Amino acid sequence: MLAPVLHVLPVTTIVRERLLPAAGKVNVSVNQRVNPTDVVAEASFSREHLLLDVARTFGVSPQAADTMIKVQAGDVLKQGAVIAENGGFFSRSIKAPRAGRVAAAGSGQVLMEVGDARIELRAGLPGMVVRVIPERGVVIRTVGALIQGTWGNGRVDHGLMTSLIERPDDILTPDRLDVSLRGSVILGGYVGDAATLRAAAELPVRGLIVSSLHFSLLPSAVQMRFPILVLDGFGMMPMNSAAFELLRTHDKNAVTVNAEFPDRYGGGRPEVIIPKDVVNEPDEPEDYVPFAVGQKVRMRRAPHAGMIGSIAALPAGLSKLPSGLRAPAAEVRLENGDTLLVPLVNLEVVG
Amino acid sequence: MPTSLVQTESVLAIEVGTAVTRAVLFDVVEGQYRFIAVGKAPSTAEVPFKDIGIGVREAITALQEITGGQLLGQGNNLITPSQPDGSGVDAVVAVISTGPVLRTVIVGLLSDVSVQSARRLAETTYARVVEALDLSDHRKADQQLDAVIRARPDLVILTGGTDGGASRAMLKTLEAIGLACYLMPAEKRPMVLYAGNEHLAGEVHELLDAHAGALKVSPNVRPSLEVEHLDPASSELASLVVNLRRRQLKGVEELNALTGGMMLPTSYAQGRMVRFLSRQYESTRGVLSVNIGASAASVAAGFNGEVVLRTYPQFGLGENLSGLLQHTDIEGILRWLALDIDPNAIREYLYQKSLYPGTLPATSDDHAIAQAIARQALYLAVRAARRDFPNDGRAARDVLPPLDLIIAGGGAVGEGLSLGQSLLLLLDAIQPVGILPMLVDQNNLLPLLGVAASRNHFLPVQVMDSGAFIGLGTIISVIASANYGEPILRVKMTYSDGTDARLDVKFGGLEILPLPSGQSARLSLQPLQKADAGLGPGRSGTVTVTGGAMGVVIDARGRPLKFPSDAVRRRELIKKWQYTVGG
Repeated sequence: MLAPVLHVLPVTTIVRERLLPAAGKVNVSVNQRVNPTDVVAEASFSREHLLLDVARTFGVSPQAADTMIKVQAGDVLKQGAVIAENGGFFSRSIKAPRAGRVAAAGSGQVLMEVGDARIELRAGLPGMVVRVIPERGVVIRTVGALIQGTWGNGRVDHGLMTSLIERPDDILTPDRLDVSLRGSVILGGYVGDAATLRAAAELPVRGLIVSSLHFSLLPSAVQMRFPILVLDGFGMMPMNSAAFELLRTHDKNAVTVNAEFPDRYGGGRPEVIIPKDVVNEPDEPEDYVPFAVGQKVRMRRAPHAGMIGSIAALPAGLSKLPSGLRAPAAEVRLENGDTLLVPLVNLEVVG
Repeated sequence: MPTSLVQTESVLAIEVGTAVTRAVLFDVVEGQYRFIAVGKAPSTAEVPFKDIGIGVREAITALQEITGGQLLGQGNNLITPSQPDGSGVDAVVAVISTGPVLRTVIVGLLSDVSVQSARRLAETTYARVVEALDLSDHRKADQQLDAVIRARPDLVILTGGTDGGASRAMLKTLEAIGLACYLMPAEKRPMVLYAGNEHLAGEVHELLDAHAGALKVSPNVRPSLEVEHLDPASSELASLVVNLRRRQLKGVEELNALTGGMMLPTSYAQGRMVRFLSRQYESTRGVLSVNIGASAASVAAGFNGEVVLRTYPQFGLGENLSGLLQHTDIEGILRWLALDIDPNAIREYLYQKSLYPGTLPATSDDHAIAQAIARQALYLAVRAARRDFPNDGRAARDVLPPLDLIIAGGGAVGEGLSLGQSLLLLLDAIQPVGILPMLVDQNNLLPLLGVAASRNHFLPVQVMDSGAFIGLGTIISVIASANYGEPILRVKMTYSDGTDARLDVKFGGLEILPLPSGQSARLSLQPLQKADAGLGPGRSGTVTVTGGAMGVVIDARGRPLKFPSDAVRRRELIKKWQYTVGG
């Protein structure tokens, strides 16, 4: 059976594709170095549309109205620009009520796009552009430590990381967030109250990497303007030891927090990237591998969610679980020495 | 092709769910189609796999290991047709329920007529209505246009107007939809189903053909104000949904090609099979099928060959679980638990499970929570669907009408539970009334038979008749107004060997009389205090009942099921029910 891999790696090659949701303009070129917050591509779209019914305003047929329309698709108009005129001695005209662009004209109507807005696609990681996908985005490559999480609030930023976690089951409280941490990326434990998020926002911080988050804070977390990356899940969960140890060794290092919002079918995972200079680039890690004895695994479900262990045995066929269910399972030896029978679907390989 | 060849082909049926992918082999044994085996693997539509084909191959590999036959050949490709050495299969069919919930815009003329039909049509598949437009909508055309664009629809369902009726308002709305499609990026344009005034079909093609992601025109769902006819439109909608999945999910295109286009959304195939059963077995009261898994809870009820199909992604046990509390309060879940547990533990469970839909409960407490949530989700789904069941005027709206048969499937019902646990979950969630048999579809075959029917008419009938589903037995549900513990029914069951068993049933009780599968018995029912045991209030009588894995089950817990207000007593009662069905 294939196992999904949760990447917690001290050094690896990271290649990420960044794409606009719609066609736009790519701002960078191949071999260009980018920072995580650089806008690598952008697209503009219209917030609103105005439909001007020329035929109805002039009281004529759509065909007749078409002869009176003075603009065509693609025209950029200033406010007050003439869109249609009916001619004659007492000529009346229809003028653009706002500045904008003509999206379509015909059948006696004119459709205008107004109120331009931009979608900015940020690099999300520091690295080199290795491929440009015309009008859509880029592929970026870097080398560094990679620590993936389970949930993110959709923001990205980078900065020096300060660890405020001493033990995996620490709780991050607002009193820990003093003014000296302004502009830092904070590594913390469980966040259980809104005051902590507010304190982080008031500093402000440039990112929050936490073990777990109380479920009631999700709406607030989504509203925060700095990235919040949850490593292990919702509810009071200690930080998985693999991430805890790796992140703590990078205290005061420059990190990128790409707290990608979960998109199960199309996106990637939220991740922390800590760039490194190496002589020889390692291979890209596999995203899924067959389960095997000896693999380090992370448990994804209660009662040991977030805990790390190693596969001691893979019994053939179906195993009867303490719940009474029968499923393919592994004997997992936890770091405290306990051995558990865990369904394979509750495991992800760490590597 | 000679008929005989078509009738004896082996069929591989693939089900791609959110949590599990199944590969099921049907083949001819002693002249009849049989369910041979099922291979299962975790589904792989989601990250990090992002290709359903990986899970499909894993499931087929598991099937090979079970059957010992070779199905995959060089390059891990399916061998088809079957070879003289016995390897391969002759045909492939598939159903799919995985994928993001389909954002759907519904459009109609009258908010309480065609828009409601559009809403019901959307509920036949894995959709969520994100915007609705109708005549009572006072927004200007350009505001409606922007609302549609902001809704980022995958699907647009257009209804409205009786055949030959008013067309002007409809045409204006069509223009707005056409413009909205035109303004969206080509690869994101929604699939459009038009099921309104048939006289406008030409204009619909003219306005939408070039701009919609795909356009289907079906017969009007409201040919007249009094008549609603969803079936032809739901068939077209099913086809559009498969098209959307081909666009959204890697591997669907390949699987669809392998099936020669015989791929359906799972719930649609379930509904198709229920319609067939309703006709085949000449059901007079109705056939009910429920299916609850990670993608959705779906309910299909067949009444005289007509089917009511409702698909509720919001009640699925996967990624949408974090939103379940928008549809029920926490007490609605806690009431099913024998555990004394902090409500926040349930809330945390819902959020954590939504992150990892495919995970399984490893401990008994975790399992109990999972079952309580499954009960409430299925309860909500059945109650929501029940609103659209034909009302015979006798059944109260919060109680199901009497039915002839219940078939239950889906990961939450069929996988891993003991049959007693499955029985209790179904009795709690569905709360059937009257006298009826109940089947459990442990391998989720019903939708696969529904899609296989389009390839081979004999296969579903013969597989159903071969006992591929597990008969739990006959359920007798008693409706009574009584105090807890008061006698409400005297029962005498006479077995075929002449022996009998007698029982006095008290209100609030759950009783089981053993009657093995394949056996029948005469059951004499004598209600007390005007209780209704399925024969009418206070009416006595004798009926023939069939046995099953659980026997004859008498559910006298009331309809709707009531719990003691005291939590300790409630938990004790639940433990007692669990003990009755075998723990």
